[in-house]
Amino acid sequence: MKNIVNVRRNRFLETSLAGGLILAFSLSQTGPSQRFGSSIPSGSESTPADFLRIGPDGTVTMIINKSEMGQGVYTSLPMLIAEELECDWKQIRVEPAPVAAVYNNPLTGMQMTGGSMSVRTEWERLRTVGAAAREMLLEAAADIWGVPKARCHADNGMVFHDSGRKLSYGELAEKAAGMPVPLKVPLKDPSAFTIIGKPVARLDAKTKVDGTAVFGLDVKTPGMLTAVIERPPFFGGTVKSLDAARALAVPGVAEVVKTDSGVAVIAEGFWAAMKGRDVLDIAWDEGPHTEISTNTIRQHYATLAQNAGKVARDKGNFGTALVSAAHRLTASYEVPYLAHANMEPLNCAIDLKDDRCDIWVGTQAQTLHRAAAAAVVGLRPEQVFLHTTYLGGGFGRRGNPHSDFVVMAAEVARAIKKPVKVVWTREDDMSGGYYRPFWYSRFSAGIDKSGDLTAWHQRLVGQSIMTGTAYARRLIKDGVDATSVDGAADIAYEIPNLLVDLHSPVVGVPVQWWRSVGHSQNGFMIESFMDEIAHATRRDPYQFRRALLKDHPRHLGVLDLAAQKAGWGSPLPSGRARGIAMCESYGSFVSEVAEVSVSPDGKVMVHRVVCAVDCGRTVNPSTINAQMEGSIAFGLSAALHEAITLEDGRVRQSNFDTYPVLRMDEMPLIEVYIVESKEDPGGVGEPGVPPIAPAVANAIFSATGRRIRRLPIGTVV
Amino acid sequence: MISLKVNGKMYEVDALPDTPLLWVLRDDLGLMGTKYGCGIGRCGSCTVHMDGQAVRSCAIPVASAAGKDIVTIEGLSAGGLHPVQKAWVEEDVPQCGYCQSGQIMAAAALLAANPRPDDADIDRAMSGIICRCGTYQRIRRAIHRAAAMRQG
Repeated sequence: MKNIVNVRRNRFLETSLAGGLILAFSLSQTGPSQRFGSSIPSGSESTPADFLRIGPDGTVTMIINKSEMGQGVYTSLPMLIAEELECDWKQIRVEPAPVAAVYNNPLTGMQMTGGSMSVRTEWERLRTVGAAAREMLLEAAADIWGVPKARCHADNGMVFHDSGRKLSYGELAEKAAGMPVPLKVPLKDPSAFTIIGKPVARLDAKTKVDGTAVFGLDVKTPGMLTAVIERPPFFGGTVKSLDAARALAVPGVAEVVKTDSGVAVIAEGFWAAMKGRDVLDIAWDEGPHTEISTNTIRQHYATLAQNAGKVARDKGNFGTALVSAAHRLTASYEVPYLAHANMEPLNCAIDLKDDRCDIWVGTQAQTLHRAAAAAVVGLRPEQVFLHTTYLGGGFGRRGNPHSDFVVMAAEVARAIKKPVKVVWTREDDMSGGYYRPFWYSRFSAGIDKSGDLTAWHQRLVGQSIMTGTAYARRLIKDGVDATSVDGAADIAYEIPNLLVDLHSPVVGVPVQWWRSVGHSQNGFMIESFMDEIAHATRRDPYQFRRALLKDHPRHLGVLDLAAQKAGWGSPLPSGRARGIAMCESYGSFVSEVAEVSVSPDGKVMVHRVVCAVDCGRTVNPSTINAQMEGSIAFGLSAALHEAITLEDGRVRQSNFDTYPVLRMDEMPLIEVYIVESKEDPGGVGEPGVPPIAPAVANAIFSATGRRIRRLPIGTVV
Repeated sequence: MISLKVNGKMYEVDALPDTPLLWVLRDDLGLMGTKYGCGIGRCGSCTVHMDGQAVRSCAIPVASAAGKDIVTIEGLSAGGLHPVQKAWVEEDVPQCGYCQSGQIMAAAALLAANPRPDDADIDRAMSGIICRCGTYQRIRRAIHRAAAMRQG
């Protein structure tokens, strides 16, 4: 592409902290980028990395550094740029970013999508990119006309002069690329926003309704083969011996290779690969984990919970307060291992040459996954070109910190040196590990004579997901994995004596984060036990929470809004009851009220969910609504149905017949209300998940008197 | 060789007769809009039309699709302009989008058979297709919208 404006914001964090904004713009021809903006020392960060190109036809290509997995970043992030760029929204095209340091998340130092961070970390940077490009376009027009820039303004992809003259962005692009980089770009006052905060339809909707959106599984380059991998029946198992003769005799099977993860059958298509895999003759070394069972894990954790763990929070004096309390309450809670069960099973396509490797993958962790692949194939990361496709669901799984699905593909590529796509079957995906951990918590509370909560103790038992990952140094302190105690150590309720401690047993089941991470279990447990205390003290659960949140206006704001919109306290049809919950996570506050009934045979029906969210300043309210609806469905699915269980080292679930998930006929009516706010944006991809399980469980208690202390709920009898 | 009619075009396919139609569509015909989700007919991502009926292409051996009229998402309309597709865009239904081909094919078959479905009809027709992003509420709205559109 010729005549292009390239905007590059280099070393964003450092320079903005230093007080000056530095932008590098380059005119990208076929050769190496020529850089303008001399404040960037030559030789540093030499990878050309662009956020924006404007073509001679006026097309504005935005290069988006976040993976689109349904959360709407291919719309919300362009909105940030467009707000300042004043381009024609219809001319915007989105392109996934390559892997480069300039695209890193400034908080993690890696290119990745997760932690509900996309808008939060790009909020200033992308508006600055848009503003700088606009200033350069104005400069170019002023120069052409020989008029002061102050007499020009930009609107809808055009620059206008007071005299009425105008030039399109396409006409100005080439010249603008040579204009000096503004050292300081003023950003609009939010009151002047015309795009941010307004509901905008998804830019990727059309391609997702006509079948043309390309997911990882849809990648096919000329000659690309398909591989499926037979993996050990137990975690930690290995291949002892292999007889591939029968597999190799299957028409279409090209090769069978042993890799570190199992045995790969490589064929001309998926079905031939499967037929080959079916007749593999493998003897396994079963490894050390053949005894693991959910029941023994449960017993082990309950035993651990009898002794003190590593302290994550200690405020006041819990021990003394409990002894002097007028009433005491204890309860144990448990949640199971969970699969992410993305609709698109894991996969990774790879083409390895002597000095170059191309990877096409739906990933949430570009930096990590590229480095892991490079290490396997023996190249430098810069020699690996990772192309991010659409993700058929992420939920954290595609950001696996051990790079499992990319490493497995790289191992196959290293063995066969031919373009190959490694496909996981649903069974591989579901029984192959990396689950939300099984968690157990034991709670004790002390209540004084007047019924006030004076002492709170949560002792958690569960595997650390960050141990052994690139995040460990930042997130594990003094043996406490911060994500294990998400929402627990930093509980918002004002309780004078507070103790939270943690056991992090090592268990041979691979675990990782799952949408909303530690909040996914702690939200359920804490908000359920809080409800128990409210009922034990004969307080209204909504008012009880309010009383503990006096100086927390944003928590109170969502709690009040949800209660009001749900008609808290007003009569319901016979058999129905309401439950309420409130959780803070990822910079946002969400309260949900569920309206539930339980049939005589114990089937739980969730009729209506009212959701109030305060996620600070809104970028795309349409996305926020969709994310709340989706989060509630995702959390409800897990609460009602989902569990990965193990018996004698084997995972018992393998597909949607044994791992049921929420379907259309169980979808409640969901109403979402967004609190108006001038605070900085919070996350929206995850915060809607944690409150739904406790809201439903609390409603079940109100309807039936039965307290749910173990998920999934299943049937209530 | 198996003769297949897909989206109005005839194909001669060299595949084992037990190969699921899904993998013939994807690997042999390059029609990638139909998705693999479970392989056992439990998630509906692979839904296509066979003689006008919504079927799970992962559970249909290609041999039994011979001589039938197969329509995939690529053949549902010219330019994505089927009322169901238009309604899907207007209701901003898709999130990750992976299951949506299957959802749309199921919804189109529903409306062809029942031009004015109520919520119970929609539940019956659509509960076989899983969406992990939880777009069900918008799918319901979009089906009602498409029904209204078709009646003009």
